[in-house]
Amino acid sequence: MDPTPPDAYAGAQLRDGEVSTGTTIMAVSYAGGVVMGADSRVSTGTYIANRVSDKVSALHDKIFMCRSGSAADTQAVSDYVRHYLASHAIEVGAPPLVKTAASLAKRICYTNKEQLLAGVIVAGYDEVDGGSVYVIPLGGTCLKAPFAIGGSGSTYIYGHVDHEFKPGMSLAECKAFVAEAIKRAMARDGSSGGIVRLVCINAEGVEREYLTV
Amino acid sequence: MLLYPGATAAEAPARQHTSRPIVTGTSVLGIKYKDGVMLAADTLASYGSLAMFKDVTRIARTGSYTLVGASGELSDYHALLDKLKGLAQANANCDDGFEHGPAEIYSYLRAVLYQRRNKFDPLWNSLVVGGFKDGAPFLGSVDLRGTAYEDDVIATGYGSHLALPIMRAKWTPDLDEGEARALLEDCLRVLFYRDCRALDTVVLSKATATGTLVSDPYKLETDWTSASFVAPKAGGDGDGGW
Amino acid sequence: MASTGAGYDLSPTTFSPDGRIFQVEYATKAVENSGTVVGIRCADGVVLGVEKVMLSKMLLPSSNRRVAAVAPHAGVAQAGSTADGRQVVARARDECDSYDDTYGIEIPPSVLAQRLAEYVHYFTIHGALRPFGASTMIAAYDARKKTHELYVLEPTGVCLRYFGAALGKGRQSAKSEIEKLDLTKLTCREALKEIAKMIHTTHDDAKDKPFILEFAWLCEETEWKYGLVPQDLIDEADAWAKKELESDDEDDDGDEEMAS
Repeated sequence: MDPTPPDAYAGAQLRDGEVSTGTTIMAVSYAGGVVMGADSRVSTGTYIANRVSDKVSALHDKIFMCRSGSAADTQAVSDYVRHYLASHAIEVGAPPLVKTAASLAKRICYTNKEQLLAGVIVAGYDEVDGGSVYVIPLGGTCLKAPFAIGGSGSTYIYGHVDHEFKPGMSLAECKAFVAEAIKRAMARDGSSGGIVRLVCINAEGVEREYLTV
Repeated sequence: MLLYPGATAAEAPARQHTSRPIVTGTSVLGIKYKDGVMLAADTLASYGSLAMFKDVTRIARTGSYTLVGASGELSDYHALLDKLKGLAQANANCDDGFEHGPAEIYSYLRAVLYQRRNKFDPLWNSLVVGGFKDGAPFLGSVDLRGTAYEDDVIATGYGSHLALPIMRAKWTPDLDEGEARALLEDCLRVLFYRDCRALDTVVLSKATATGTLVSDPYKLETDWTSASFVAPKAGGDGDGGW
Repeated sequence: MASTGAGYDLSPTTFSPDGRIFQVEYATKAVENSGTVVGIRCADGVVLGVEKVMLSKMLLPSSNRRVAAVAPHAGVAQAGSTADGRQVVARARDECDSYDDTYGIEIPPSVLAQRLAEYVHYFTIHGALRPFGASTMIAAYDARKKTHELYVLEPTGVCLRYFGAALGKGRQSAKSEIEKLDLTKLTCREALKEIAKMIHTTHDDAKDKPFILEFAWLCEETEWKYGLVPQDLIDEADAWAKKELESDDEDDDGDEEMAS
């Protein structure tokens, strides 16, 4: 049961001229929340269509999605999840759970797996589970993880993050971990680049910052 | 969907369904033994050749009597587990004390997988169903085409090539728990040595008269001492072996 | 018969001049004639008790159940037409399943109640439909808020949350009995007995058909899972209730003797 290597079909699904977030994305959870990060490059082939894009999209006040793959597909997915999550939050009268956001995203990615090129990370903070990270790669599998990386640039840093990740890191350690990993991926992946965007989410709120290399 | 007015169906682009697995698990092994049934699998979820997730349990308890293990596409496996959860709840709603056993779960899964293959949209899995109910052990397998069979020993994927011969050679109906576990661990070790998509972190599970149990992931002991370390050319006179 | 509603009782789509919808009121009547159903939200859980009228001596005691599981964390008890009630139960199960599939969490009790209310209400606004002749008590646990809740859904589509509620023939006396209880302290095990007593009190052995007690609950003891109450506990509550009533009678007799 040996599957075809990912690149054999990834290329086949992206049409000529389609805008892709050839990307490095990442999220790490710690005791009180999560740190999410991404590069800012969006490309069509080898042309950089946007050098300062934001690949960390808000799904709700404290839940975000890192997007990789087709820009159009992942924007559509995040738009749907944002829509469903908003009405869900009103229905239950409380901020939604990260688990719920991940479940909605998975449903869309799994049921439309043949027509989507979307690999996303859903992460955020809620009062029940604290900080949590869910990864949804190409086929629509949804897994909870202490941390996750994704996008074309991630393949260059698996060794780095496996080596550097320590369970129970502080917020500052998580930020440094994410920034360093994304910088390293941007340095080696032609499809990743620009600036590093960081989003820190916890009980206190959401803080965004960006780092130039 | 036709390309242009007047186009025939033959010219229309084919609609693609699940044509390939993406996030996958490798072999699942199962044997009957003295007290019931034992299932084993490693905890790797691969993304092509990338070892993407290394702590994914691919054997799940469904209800009180049954274990379902899966190789192949992980998202399809999770979707199946969701369906089984729905089935169990529908049954629990009857509140009549009855619960599906492994034979029924196996039959249900066979029907689901066969129906999906007839839609040319298969659930890309090889499943192993193990369980124990009413004093009888059950062990069966279902694949992505709906092919289903029962046996005393079952292995999917690479396991059917590498583990099955070992299991058949060593299997007897009266293996005790320790012997059954040792046999499965031996097979998992061989798979780790010879299957590129296998891992040395594994999960063991059993179904007996007292219920079902799935272990936490644990690491296998492996042996890399070899005569070829001392004499890499294996005594030959060339410029090195492979 | 025609005079009762003066032509305004033929369809739920038409109001009478004084603002009533007769078909819905008649549906409510169908519930009022049913065996008594009592629901109490106790300190440690929710108990649903039903006076299940045995229509025939040959009926299997476990058949024709009036309590039903709809999800691991939710169950219902119904008064009125069992056939109509079944429809609501089926819908409740669908809502619970699809909510879990979509949002990855159990449906909160308030949402389940709201959705069922919308479903039942729909049947009161269409000429081609007949309102449900059944009321539904919903007992459910909210894992996020850590609260256990009791709702009553009526044929009108109105759904309200209660500390204690009663439906069917004996509802009036049952309600006044519930009001006497301290629901902030009462436990589910105590409530079983109280409900058994209420049902026995309202049941007229001479006039009414025989019945059996049916109980379901959702409490700390069941780890907030809905389930049928074990038969030995029901028997215990039943025996206690009968004894209580006998001793009440004796007290009454005593009073009479004193007076004479």
